[in-house]
Amino acid sequence: MLRFILTRVSLVIPTFLGITFLTFILIRLVPGDPIEVRVGERGIAPERLAAFRHELGLDQPLWQQFLDYVGHVLSGDFGLSLITHNPVLSEFVTLFPATLELALCAMLFATLIGLPAGILAAVKRGSLFDHGVMGASLTGYSMPIFWWGLLLILFFSVALGWTPVSGRLDLVYYVEPVTGFMLIDTLMAGDYDAFRSALSHLILPTIVLGTVPLAVVARMTRSAMLEVLGEDYIRTARAKGLADRRVIGMHALRNALIPVVTVIGLQVGTLLGGAILTETIFSWPGVGKWLIESINRRDYPALQGGVLLIATSVILVNLLVDVLYGVLNPRIRHAR
Amino acid sequence: MKRILLGAGLGMAAALALTAPAQAAKTLVYCSEGSPENFNPMLNTTGTSFDVALPVYNNLVQFEHGGTKVVPGLAESWTISDDGLVYTFKLRAGAKWHSNADFKPTRDANADDVIFSFERQWKADSPYHKVSGGAYDYFNDMAMPKLLKSIEKVDDLTVKFTLNAVEAPFLANLAMPFAPIMSAEYAAMLLKKGTPEKLDQVPIGTGPFQFVAYQKDAVVRYKAFEQYWGGKQPLDNLVFAITPDAAVRLAKLKANECQVMPYPNPADIEAMKKDTSILVQEQEGLNVGYVSFNVTKKPFDDVRVRRAVSMAMDKKAIVAAVYQAAGVPAKNPIPPTMWSYNDAIEDYPYDIERAKKLLADAGYPNGFETDLWAMPVQRPYNPNAKRVAEMMQADLAKVGVKAKIVQYEWGEYRKRMQQGEHQMGMLGWTGDNGDPDNFLYTLLGCEAARPGGNNLSKWCNKEFDDLVVQAKRTTDIAARTKLYEQSQVIFKEEAPWYTIAHSVVYMGLAKNVVGYKMDPFGVHRFEGVDLK
Repeated sequence: MLRFILTRVSLVIPTFLGITFLTFILIRLVPGDPIEVRVGERGIAPERLAAFRHELGLDQPLWQQFLDYVGHVLSGDFGLSLITHNPVLSEFVTLFPATLELALCAMLFATLIGLPAGILAAVKRGSLFDHGVMGASLTGYSMPIFWWGLLLILFFSVALGWTPVSGRLDLVYYVEPVTGFMLIDTLMAGDYDAFRSALSHLILPTIVLGTVPLAVVARMTRSAMLEVLGEDYIRTARAKGLADRRVIGMHALRNALIPVVTVIGLQVGTLLGGAILTETIFSWPGVGKWLIESINRRDYPALQGGVLLIATSVILVNLLVDVLYGVLNPRIRHAR
Repeated sequence: MKRILLGAGLGMAAALALTAPAQAAKTLVYCSEGSPENFNPMLNTTGTSFDVALPVYNNLVQFEHGGTKVVPGLAESWTISDDGLVYTFKLRAGAKWHSNADFKPTRDANADDVIFSFERQWKADSPYHKVSGGAYDYFNDMAMPKLLKSIEKVDDLTVKFTLNAVEAPFLANLAMPFAPIMSAEYAAMLLKKGTPEKLDQVPIGTGPFQFVAYQKDAVVRYKAFEQYWGGKQPLDNLVFAITPDAAVRLAKLKANECQVMPYPNPADIEAMKKDTSILVQEQEGLNVGYVSFNVTKKPFDDVRVRRAVSMAMDKKAIVAAVYQAAGVPAKNPIPPTMWSYNDAIEDYPYDIERAKKLLADAGYPNGFETDLWAMPVQRPYNPNAKRVAEMMQADLAKVGVKAKIVQYEWGEYRKRMQQGEHQMGMLGWTGDNGDPDNFLYTLLGCEAARPGGNNLSKWCNKEFDDLVVQAKRTTDIAARTKLYEQSQVIFKEEAPWYTIAHSVVYMGLAKNVVGYKMDPFGVHRFEGVDLK
């Protein structure tokens, strides 16, 4: 098992280097540098421009800048944001819990609904329920997130007044961030009204962010289940006279879960990507919104650091999924 | 594990004790459009960042609420020497500084604070000059380093500014967001602690609202400053809820999650005006979008061609189609909200026949070929330059002028336009200090006609230049107004620009908000605002 994990980890290093290189190059390919974006139509005197570029190291050859950057990152230094002049790492750490909290809720929402819906659809294949689930998940999968978010806001928040429009917490509450997870912080503060407020603020963004993964999980569970249900050992189990619940719950589900776990793991990337839109709509102070601002302002260090740190978390989750595979399916862990 | 939890729990209880109940007090929530870069307007160039600092700070002088006139701020009065070179400011006695957990002021605002605030931006040897990146764009843009000769403390409450040259807009410059007065005592304390950058993140000022907290990308909180020299504000708390999406801001306003929202979607404005639960305010922005004719290049060296082209393009249709409710056709280079705007001037009519005749007179009976540059980005004074260019292109074809649309990346675009590489090209300007000089001299004076200068048309008209230079050297507003009015007449006759539009800016307010005035500079101020 340990060897299995070590092999996996060693594969992570080139991935990191690749991501670092890509973000570094891509943001520099976008026209306009941070200083020119800042000065707009009024322009800047050439000597001041040169001085700033020198100070930020932008006058160095690209390879030099890249090597410097990698060197700093390896020593844990992600640099200072060009805009706020705060350390990129500390900005990320402040904002990431908000993104994570939302992503976890969305994942939970997608799994708790998607898994049973997929199983039921498979078991009742061809039924009205099956068609309903498949139709709904196709719709969910193709839903433009921005439109979907605004629609829910207009209906539930403006017309019905059931949920707050945006933000993480009603403004009358002020809870000192400890973990950065609003649900936990409000509970730790013992402020149950604030907790309820935080919960109600989570509902719409969770639905919006969870819609695509929900659709994916439901479809994946259904097809994996269908495949497994057609296997010989299921027929054997049934022939043995086992109860339906036992056949599906014990024999079929465990085997069907393997591809589903993969998909859930892969959805983490989708969730963090989707978070950029969801966070913008719901004014959610997470890393997605922060990255968008960084692109607009050409805040190179913030963008590079942010993408790298997000990539790290996606890679870690995938690693976790790989390990989980091993737990679910001993053949995988012994294969290497 | 239990112990850790207990510790955290105790910490929480302490944090809870600090939590201020905000419910009973009068709280106004402003749905701001973005996150501030920091809380020091010396370092910033965006309205979003200026907005968060405005409640906290005072300048020596400030713009009157809702106007461009300069009125007393931290300085209660000032005198200008006869030669126009020396400005002596008398500071308000007893102007108190805010305080916070780390800083308790021991004295009121005085001349040392003024000198510290300007020297930070001006003198490379100020210990704060390099803090937080040290880019003082506006201070440099307004040519302050060139203009300032010395700043001296006469006594605790008197400061003397000496200039190198007479510059009438100087006073207005001091009212701009880049010139707040900061506490030298607070700065020294932070420097001693080794955290000078906190000066730009946890602001201490003398303004109407005191900074309470900023949760990154989410909320900025202020409370009214009880000892404010102008009296305590009607509001008790001011909250900025950062809400980047315009449709969501509107939803929040409707759900009463905020009471003031800026920048609605132009498409929503009609519906907002019909909504009885919302007040809509509108005002022309302090800006202008225009097409520059490069007078150093053929055929635009001929004034008849410039006039003909001006008459060939249907301004009303362009503004209606592209700007919709968010713009008004422009006839002068300065916006209508600015003093000395010459309303007597008549714009060139849309008249294809006259345009054709003028072109024929100029020797182009069959028209000509030209380029037509369009910015690649959306700007306040031009929401879609490409679309404007396409409409112009179609109009020009009717008089035989073939225009080819040219676009570059934004930074490159500006640089090339400033070099004068275009024949016809679009750009615009947003006013800084509310002074006509900031448009007429900065964008149309001879000094700016050099390659790389902001006079994109490279139009240097002696008569016009004499007027605007003379206006710069005169401190009497009435006399300056006359000079500027006259200069606008010459501008129109000579037609170095085709003025397109001034933007119209909208604000959505809840019905119970009183005393909110839109600011011509496009910033958002909450002094004197109340909730019914």
